[in-house]
Amino acid sequence: MSYSRQPVLFPRPLFLPILVLLFVSIFMPAVPTSAAEIKPKRVVMENGITLLILERSSLPIVSVEALIRAGSLYDPNDKAGLANLTASLLDEGTKKRSATQIADAVDFIGANLAAGASEDYMTASLRVIKKEVETGFDLLSDILINPAFDPKEVERVRKNILGSILSEKDQPQAIADRAFRSIIFGEHPYQHPVIGREETIPGITRDDIASFHQTYYAPNNLILSIVGDVTEREAVALAKKYFGKWERKQILFPRIGPPAPFQTRKMELIDKELTQASVVLGHVGIERGNPDYYAVTVMNYILGGGGFSSRMMTDIRDNKGLVYSIYSLFDANRFPGEFAVSLQTKSKSANEAIEGVLEEIQRIRSAPVTETELAEAKAYLVGSFPLRMETTARLASLLSAIEYYQLGLDYFEKYPSYINKVTDKDVLRVAKRYLDPEHYALVVVAKQSEANVKEPPAPPPAESGAMRNAPEPEGGIRTSDPPMINLPAQKEGAGR
Amino acid sequence: MHRRESSPRLNASLLFLLLFFLLIPVFGQAAKIEEVILPNGLKVILLEEHKAPVVTFQVWYKVGSRNEITGKTGLSHLLEHMMFKGTPKYGKGEFSRIVAKNGGTENAFTGNDYTAYFENFASDRIELSLELESDRMQNLIIDPKEFQLEAEVVKEERRTRTEDDPYSFLIEKLYAIAFLVHPYRSPVIGWMSDLDHLTRDDAFDYYQRYYQPNNATIVVVGDFNTKTLLPKIKAAFEKIPKGPEPPKYIPPEPPQLGERRTVVKREAQLPFVFATFHTPNYKSPDTYALKVLSNILSSGKSSRLYRGLVYQQQIALDAGGHYDGLTADPELFYVYATARPQVSPEEIEEALTDEISRLQTEPVSNQELQKAKNQIEAEFILGSDSNFYRAMRIGTAETVGAGHEYVTRFVDNIRKVTAQDVLRVARKYLVEDQRSVGTLLPPSADEEAEAAESPAPDEPAKESR
Repeated sequence: MSYSRQPVLFPRPLFLPILVLLFVSIFMPAVPTSAAEIKPKRVVMENGITLLILERSSLPIVSVEALIRAGSLYDPNDKAGLANLTASLLDEGTKKRSATQIADAVDFIGANLAAGASEDYMTASLRVIKKEVETGFDLLSDILINPAFDPKEVERVRKNILGSILSEKDQPQAIADRAFRSIIFGEHPYQHPVIGREETIPGITRDDIASFHQTYYAPNNLILSIVGDVTEREAVALAKKYFGKWERKQILFPRIGPPAPFQTRKMELIDKELTQASVVLGHVGIERGNPDYYAVTVMNYILGGGGFSSRMMTDIRDNKGLVYSIYSLFDANRFPGEFAVSLQTKSKSANEAIEGVLEEIQRIRSAPVTETELAEAKAYLVGSFPLRMETTARLASLLSAIEYYQLGLDYFEKYPSYINKVTDKDVLRVAKRYLDPEHYALVVVAKQSEANVKEPPAPPPAESGAMRNAPEPEGGIRTSDPPMINLPAQKEGAGR
Repeated sequence: MHRRESSPRLNASLLFLLLFFLLIPVFGQAAKIEEVILPNGLKVILLEEHKAPVVTFQVWYKVGSRNEITGKTGLSHLLEHMMFKGTPKYGKGEFSRIVAKNGGTENAFTGNDYTAYFENFASDRIELSLELESDRMQNLIIDPKEFQLEAEVVKEERRTRTEDDPYSFLIEKLYAIAFLVHPYRSPVIGWMSDLDHLTRDDAFDYYQRYYQPNNATIVVVGDFNTKTLLPKIKAAFEKIPKGPEPPKYIPPEPPQLGERRTVVKREAQLPFVFATFHTPNYKSPDTYALKVLSNILSSGKSSRLYRGLVYQQQIALDAGGHYDGLTADPELFYVYATARPQVSPEEIEEALTDEISRLQTEPVSNQELQKAKNQIEAEFILGSDSNFYRAMRIGTAETVGAGHEYVTRFVDNIRKVTAQDVLRVARKYLVEDQRSVGTLLPPSADEEAEAAESPAPDEPAKESR
């Protein structure tokens, strides 16, 4: 057992990955300085698979990440958890291997093979030693292409997921996060947890799962990133051998637009016998494709994303001693995800900590950040790029994300300039535009008789605040008619 | 008898693996580790790895909760927090700020046996670590006001990790009965009442006693040049005078002569059982067989606990176990399971016990033994993808007294383990008299269990409710 000075999250294996994913999304976007050497190769196969290959031969390791556009975004609201249940069942039996045969084979070669869904997509990742790369690919392709969805396994995994949802109730932060999302996202599919709900999991049939797989799991909907001790030629050969016969199909994506801006104020207090109050405060944030993404990254680093350097950490932890963990994040997905500040503090300090958070949000909106703050934030974001790209697994997952969000293979070279051109005026502008200290959701999980959370004064009419999510004034990406995504059209045309 | 399914493809690959192992030296041994001990006793271990333009720099102090005395638990960890609060040269918060603005990440962690500090940098910034770490090795200021504030932060940390987490809460109580005398009985973060009473002077005395170059090891792994970096490390750290030898006596744990049990009744969704056995550490040759055994029980979805309790019987939501002989003093082998809804803790405990009994009655198959060895080797290779993880392995081995050679020889030693060894250590250590069992019993589960028992009132009452 070891303890660390910095707040870290300890997801037990049985708990849902929501918080982990949030963390991934703040770290993932950051990128390179000396990126010259990172020159991935992009190949589109005949059946439509987008292959991204990066050779890293100093260690006998291969990391593969398969990304399929089949996230919980496509769950019908009454079948919340469908994408995740489908992904969870992939390695529980295929047409030629039973669940136990898959587990035996994966463990025998000492590989890690894991599949799971997030909001926008699902991923299956493989880490394997070089000499077992053929077996690894064989297993990975088998589970993606041929899952059997044996009714016996469906029932077993369903029960396990229901058990995980239940045991999530022992995690105050997970309870708070779940409540928070369902408030801020309204009817949008982002409102439901990726893992699903107690009420929806029992209603998902084996047919729903097979049909979800049949609809979305297709080579032309797959990004396959291969990083490690393989040459480009070997990687292409592996992909052809194990994925080449998979036939492309027409995919009809549901028409989904962005979530509506959150323009009210809502507080939810959840009573539980605890010593601390778990607080989440925030609203709808931004999407990954937003041109302001980089300015928001810099702003959020200064506000509460920058670990020990952030204003929230300095004020609320170091100067007031109120918390161990506090952070703010923008979960920038295909559509605007959450902006959230999350903290835990002893019950009786809840009000003081919440006030502190609101003050910091107010402060960064009302005056420019200092020159030093800006310079240091940029220096960190640009300078720490190589650290975030150290392992083959990180590279594979970053490559998939670059392709998914269409950031371009020159992203590695361009990232420093995206960050470096952010000015103090940009920071102030995006703080005013994307942070709202009047209209937000506040969730507190605590022993309420001790936390005694004060109702914040009623917000003014949502005029200035509403601008936050309104259409871009000058030629922005939003039009008054929100763009619907229609991935096949976008994808087929791309072929960069 | 339960046999594992095996396909012809697997058998062929088994043969291939065996041949492969005979011919190829273990990866990792080839890596050249440079070890130097400075005149002041500071050990420096350098491992060049040029796979990416990054370096991890770590300072490991041989002090942890193992060195704490009654009433002062949590001191090592609280001191770790104070190490970021300033020296005359770099004031409060400066350390973190300098690292961050140079694109680095930094943190620290405290365990039973160690307190370690690290920075991860792009290759061209690593010299900053020499300046910053050598400064706080000798010049720490502990301001009383800052100390009190940070004690509040650590209490929040304890609330998050332990007070409000029923599983950690149970495990903490169980360690306190599995060890009666040895300090492994107390939590690294400290008991809450001790955190209320630790003083600035406690921390400062502790710093002076244990933060000496002769009680520390520097580990550097990554993209640097030993010829140029080593002289700079010497220049930065050699000037720190050697300190008095820190106290060595740690009260040993007397043999456990009978099972111990504890129950925690508090609000939780599901019952949870956690059982420990006293086992030897790296100093015993049995450590390798115990590691293999622990893999067979709990590593991966094909492991016995997962397959038995989670997959086949479907009585547990998760099940696992752990053994790590890399501790300064003998520690615990443990297994655990979380019950599925409507399953009693007795039922999962019995299933855990059955899996252990099976290891004591039938030798594991060659296939299963080979699988465990393959997993351990692959884990070793895959782990090398991260400089940080690699440095941690070396730092831990050095700090607990095993030496970095232990790490490089580890896989070779694992390969020598036989099915008979596994059977022997299972019979020797995983026995009832060495066992401590903790049960997390939510009130609702307790009521259900009582209701279920009520039709047979004549049955003897279950123990320790």
